[in-house]
Amino acid sequence: MTQPNSATLKTYLPLLEIKDLRTYFYVKAGTVKAVDGLDLTLDSGTKLGLVGESGSGKSTMALSIMRMIRMPGTIQGQIMLNGVDLLKLSEDEMRKTRLSEIAMIPQGAMNSLNPVMRIKNQIIDGMLDHGIKGSKREMMNRVYTLLERVELSPRVANMYPHELSGGMKQRVTVAIAISLRPKILIADEPTSALDVVIQRQVMETITGLVRDLDLSMILIGHDMGLMAQSVDRLAVMYAGKLAEVGAMKDLFAEPFHPYTRLLISSLPVLGQRGVFQGIPGIPPSVINPPPGCLFRARCPNVIQGVCDKTFPNYVEVKPGHLVACHLYGGA
Amino acid sequence: MEPIVELRNVTKVFGGKIGSPNAVTALEDMTFSVEPGYPHIITIAGESGSGKTTMMMLLLGFYEPSAGQVLYNGKDIFKQKKEDMLDFRRNVQAVFQDPFAVYNPFYKVDNLLSIPIKNFGLAKNKRETRDLMEEALMRVGLRPEETLGRYPHQLSGGQRQRIAVARALVLKPKLLIADEPVSMVDASLRATLLKNLRDMNQEYSIPILYITHDLTTAYHVSDYIIVLYHGSVMEAGDVELVIRTPKHPYTQLLVNSIPWPDPNHLWGEAQEITRGRQAARHGCKFAPRCPKAFDLCTQKVPPLYLTNGGHAASCFLYEGNPVVEKADLSSLFPKR
Repeated sequence: MTQPNSATLKTYLPLLEIKDLRTYFYVKAGTVKAVDGLDLTLDSGTKLGLVGESGSGKSTMALSIMRMIRMPGTIQGQIMLNGVDLLKLSEDEMRKTRLSEIAMIPQGAMNSLNPVMRIKNQIIDGMLDHGIKGSKREMMNRVYTLLERVELSPRVANMYPHELSGGMKQRVTVAIAISLRPKILIADEPTSALDVVIQRQVMETITGLVRDLDLSMILIGHDMGLMAQSVDRLAVMYAGKLAEVGAMKDLFAEPFHPYTRLLISSLPVLGQRGVFQGIPGIPPSVINPPPGCLFRARCPNVIQGVCDKTFPNYVEVKPGHLVACHLYGGA
Repeated sequence: MEPIVELRNVTKVFGGKIGSPNAVTALEDMTFSVEPGYPHIITIAGESGSGKTTMMMLLLGFYEPSAGQVLYNGKDIFKQKKEDMLDFRRNVQAVFQDPFAVYNPFYKVDNLLSIPIKNFGLAKNKRETRDLMEEALMRVGLRPEETLGRYPHQLSGGQRQRIAVARALVLKPKLLIADEPVSMVDASLRATLLKNLRDMNQEYSIPILYITHDLTTAYHVSDYIIVLYHGSVMEAGDVELVIRTPKHPYTQLLVNSIPWPDPNHLWGEAQEITRGRQAARHGCKFAPRCPKAFDLCTQKVPPLYLTNGGHAASCFLYEGNPVVEKADLSSLFPKR
């Protein structure tokens, strides 16, 4: 019997491995199971898209990875980054991990910059907090390099947020996010407030950086169009759980989960006009959710007596393509 | 047929008088009309700052034009009698972008439907009011027993937006103006809402002006499109022609930037030489960003040239083609 080679083992270790993540909020009305038993892996150099309706738990999941959930919320499970469980780190260690290992581009750049601080100081702030020291000139050079990376003019350094357009502000948040060369970039709807042309330019800058700096990215959003243009893998969330995950192109070409199928057929593509196929019903509440698959109320393929009993196990329908649906067995 | 509403050489500037250096021109010399009685949807598309919302506010009589006139049934809406104004308010209805902001959180959603019925005296008694409300809700695919008697926070954004559509429907208007009705609604509910609008358009023959920055939904829901840039029409005509074969370099840039939800249909080549949103003061407003601009573009404002049947672009690349006069913009939206 041969010992497994440690080098090959290492290549198989995913960069980020989330195991049975449960982010619950204990409120008066009950337990809000925002993320409820989620497993997900992110390989090095991958761009993973995470889609879902509002309230499906996609932003909560991003905040859980960053450990930015506050009381009355709790995070359970494992979030392994390069073999280290982020949930076991001390608050101080986690603070060092944020920005340097995992950085987040927040939703709505308009509200995430400090309105009374010049852009250069906001960029330097994170570096100082992580113990990067240098002369004034060195720090400014870093600022200029970062601004250039996100295709902004050096003049922006001395400006205040109100002097910038929405797209420029979003670029500044990207510059801050990459300032310490993190391994993982989490982008939560980074372009949802921008016009199409600007959206595309900002998105191309982000994906360009992911490529050039060899980062991995989790792109969160509900815009399937943006996902089709930007990511390699796609994970579909529904009511706090993962419905389906697989290669983006496979998922678009052959979706397995009934929710993914309906979602994809509801999208407007260039081709036949005027065809509308919405998903009937409304998203479920995740306060004290009942057992079983929560999509069953809207599902055209529901199996009575099965779907309301247990949540299906994940079935690998193709290599790397997992589906949680009783249609494919795995009960 | 006489148009329901009409913009006649309307200009709207903010922050000063027309021509003053600080003034921002939101809409420039716009002539546009909507004909009643046959179902069509016209999209008014553009990015932020293109003037699409200004155009809506003018059409609804919420802004007074800086120059030109807004007409309802041929009469200036700011000079008409009180009864005519009431008639205008009833017949020109709107659905707004934010399904959260149009509700008073302290009142049940019934209020949104019962107030217009009461104000316009559409029902004689409670029973009739209730019937009208239920009919309107069923039209937009909501079950009255699950909707009436609820408070806004008990309903989803999609449901609230559908009630807003139902509210407009109760009045059987002659024109509906929908300002980004689906931009704040979840993707899974978007298609249903757009279908509601389209059905209403067909069944009641109510023309709809669909104001949006989203060309994908515009392509699917509308018949005609006007593309605005800094208050001027860049391109207009049949939506299929404009989106499939855009002629104006600006429309080409927009269409190329649409993130189609199709991995086999990726973003096209970007066609813009400088990033920016500042409009040129002379000549074509898009010239500073245009990769195809030449000398003439910075000197003169291009008229709308017909590029093929039912499609025109305001661009000198098509000089020599027949010109569509500004006043005849609506000729690009023929009844069919």
